[in-house]
Amino acid sequence: MPENVKKERSMILQKEMIGNLFKELGNVKQTGKKVVYTFVPGNLSELIRSFDMLPVYPEINALQSGMRKKSDAYIREAEKWGHSEDVCTYVKCDIGMMLKGNIGPTGEKVPDPDLLLLSYTGCFTFLKWFENLEKLYPGVPVALIHTPYQENGEITAEMTEYMVKQLKNDVIPKMEQVSGQKFDPEKLKTILQHSADIEDLIVKIFDTTKNVPSPIDAYFAGVYYIGPINIGFRGTPEATEYYKELYSEILERVRLGLGPVTPEGEMEEERYRLVVEGPPNWTSFREFWKLFYDMGAVIVASSYTRVGGVYKNGFRHDPDRLLESLSEYCMGCYTNMNLPQRVEMLAKEIKDYKADGFLVNSIKSCNSFSAGQLLIMRTLEDRMGIPVGFIESDLVDPRYFSYSNIKNRLESFFQMLEQRKLINV
Amino acid sequence: MLMNNNVRNSQPGFKMSKLKELTDKCEHLAFDLNFNAAKKWKAEKENRVLVGYMPIYFPREIIHAVDGLPVGIMGGGDRKQIVIGDAYYQSYICHIPRGIIEMALSGHFTNFDGFVFPAICDVIRNLSGMFQMSNIGKFAKYIDFPQDFNSDIGGEFYIQEMNSVLSKIKEINEVELTTERLNHSIGLYNKNRQLIEEIYDIKQAFPWRLTAVETYHIVRAGMVIPVEEHNRILEEVLYEIRQDIGEPLDKIKVVITGAFCEQPPVSLIKTIELAGCYIVDDDFMLGSRWIQGDVDNTTDNPLKALSEAYLNFSTFSSSVYDIGNPKSKRLINLIKRREADGVIFAAPSFCDPALLDNPTYNKECDKAGIRYINFQYHENIGQFKVIKEQVGAFSDSIKLWA
Ligand code: SF4
Ligand code: SF4
Repeated sequence: MPENVKKERSMILQKEMIGNLFKELGNVKQTGKKVVYTFVPGNLSELIRSFDMLPVYPEINALQSGMRKKSDAYIREAEKWGHSEDVCTYVKCDIGMMLKGNIGPTGEKVPDPDLLLLSYTGCFTFLKWFENLEKLYPGVPVALIHTPYQENGEITAEMTEYMVKQLKNDVIPKMEQVSGQKFDPEKLKTILQHSADIEDLIVKIFDTTKNVPSPIDAYFAGVYYIGPINIGFRGTPEATEYYKELYSEILERVRLGLGPVTPEGEMEEERYRLVVEGPPNWTSFREFWKLFYDMGAVIVASSYTRVGGVYKNGFRHDPDRLLESLSEYCMGCYTNMNLPQRVEMLAKEIKDYKADGFLVNSIKSCNSFSAGQLLIMRTLEDRMGIPVGFIESDLVDPRYFSYSNIKNRLESFFQMLEQRKLINV
Repeated sequence: MLMNNNVRNSQPGFKMSKLKELTDKCEHLAFDLNFNAAKKWKAEKENRVLVGYMPIYFPREIIHAVDGLPVGIMGGGDRKQIVIGDAYYQSYICHIPRGIIEMALSGHFTNFDGFVFPAICDVIRNLSGMFQMSNIGKFAKYIDFPQDFNSDIGGEFYIQEMNSVLSKIKEINEVELTTERLNHSIGLYNKNRQLIEEIYDIKQAFPWRLTAVETYHIVRAGMVIPVEEHNRILEEVLYEIRQDIGEPLDKIKVVITGAFCEQPPVSLIKTIELAGCYIVDDDFMLGSRWIQGDVDNTTDNPLKALSEAYLNFSTFSSSVYDIGNPKSKRLINLIKRREADGVIFAAPSFCDPALLDNPTYNKECDKAGIRYINFQYHENIGQFKVIKEQVGAFSDSIKLWA
């Protein structure tokens, strides 16, 4: 963040929160706190927290390694170890980091796991990832929770029951065993109440993009906004405070009629409003973002900010239905929705946020997102009658980020949007 | 006499052997991408349904028991030119779904009633949504296989999944599932697996009696015809290969693994054999051999019997979570049981499930002193020179060390 960009209080709060987590992780030897490795989509952070354990998210380590230009070496290490160039680079980045001593994004060693909690919402590769981790950490207990896919566009009572049974039969007993604490429903209840409050705020925050100009960028800045809930702070008073603060700052921007904050300061003029499907590229995140704000393009909604939970449709963690609501949360994550549901959601966002265009950033690594995206794109083009664009990159493998290709494609896309504007004037 | 396809054909005045007749018929069935045999079967009687299913495994018994024919859809291979399919998939996604969507959109599945997409990876999973969005068939159902292996948890969930498929078929043909009918179907598929296993057992001892390509055609044909007919073919094949036919050649014995979904082209299988290998086991048609042993067909709850068989007697696979029963150990056991000299890890390009298993498999083979090679393919690969050289060198090195 350059000097001239004023740090808002929310940014400071977020930094403190994340810094404290890494400090706590660095101190586990002294504090005796137990460490749980788990994933972002369908994360059971409230449950982990109710046992006073600390979460580590391998994907977050991978994306941070990508942003800090370390992922390239880690991926190559995993490839040397036998992994194919063709497979998901998040997995390889994480395995490579481990093989090179498990030094985390802050430069400190990430503690080894006491529990591997595999909730593989919306992606099969998570399952393979943990099979690999299980071999790298022999003897560490593994708890698995299989999240049924919303194949028919719904969450049935049977699906919820299946998940609740798994929580009771496998996940909770393993957590009790590892943490040495009994499951405390009252404690979890309090945590879930905080989660629900936070989820209300999240929805309000991302809804502010209805304003013109939009006060935030719901993709490039959005990934920072969802950071705390995606790395284990859902359900905490600190996160509640952070989101309250963030929301009030954004409302102030709305009052002043300001556009989003970018790494180079405030965006001057909002020219195009876009909905984006797919994760961002992390290795060249700043350059990637710049391609948009230089053109006055603001992202008013993105599917990626919903991989860790979809709240816009009304879902909230429910303190009166503890395990059921944890299960429904897992099943509701974006990549666990079937393709017709994804199309519905994106179409609604295009409409609600008055988007001028729809863009897919197709990620080489991620079949969960990418398989079917071209059909999603064409369906939305037909249905919504707006220009659509398509670019390709990868999450953390810099070999698959071609600046010039992306720039060229975006330029044509923006030209299309410009022409459409002229026609509509 | 070497009993491979070419020789069987090329004898002057050669009267086509029974085995050749059978394998030719199977080849024709296996690669009829219009599924004429299945469509003909459906047309013969009212209320019959055709249900296409994608790799790997699906409990075909339940379809059979309600007047249905489960039809395995293994992609277009190298026999279907992709014109539309590429517009549906990015270059870094494996090849099989583009062949399937191409076939779907160009009328190959006309008269199919529905489609089932077993939970094996995100590509097949999302393909179910593409079928739903494109209104292909009367239903497109993703069937979620449990990764919890407790009878009262994963087992119950699996029974619900099977019931959900059954209810979709009932909506179409109104046929009610009965215990008797399902037990009967289970018995037929038990027989089918026994016969296939016997073929593999004979091939292990006398691999020259049936080539890998012939075996492939014979097993694959079973995915597109009624099980009763396939069982008859298998019996006839077995009758032939129980005889002392052919002569052994100086080849090594290998197991192939990783090719359970997108299929290698037949020429690739042939290339491996020509480069000095007998393939004594493989996972090409893994779904047909998924359950190890018989499913109980004497109970009054046959859906539960199928579910128990899935939970307890499934083979190992990249699509099944393996903690507690590691697939690498099970692969080593298979190699030993088949007395193979080595293993070939052949995986489709961009196939996360298969490829992410390879380092673990490789390391387990290293530990067990089993030699192996890895390569990747796609279903319409046309160049085999590099693979031929790699396999040839592999086979030579094993012979040398032996
Ligand atoms: S395939 Fe996609 S969702 Fe799955 S681990 Fe990789 S990046 Fe994450
Ligand atoms: S080849 Fe692999 S990635 Fe492709 S559909 Fe089959 S299992 Fe999935």
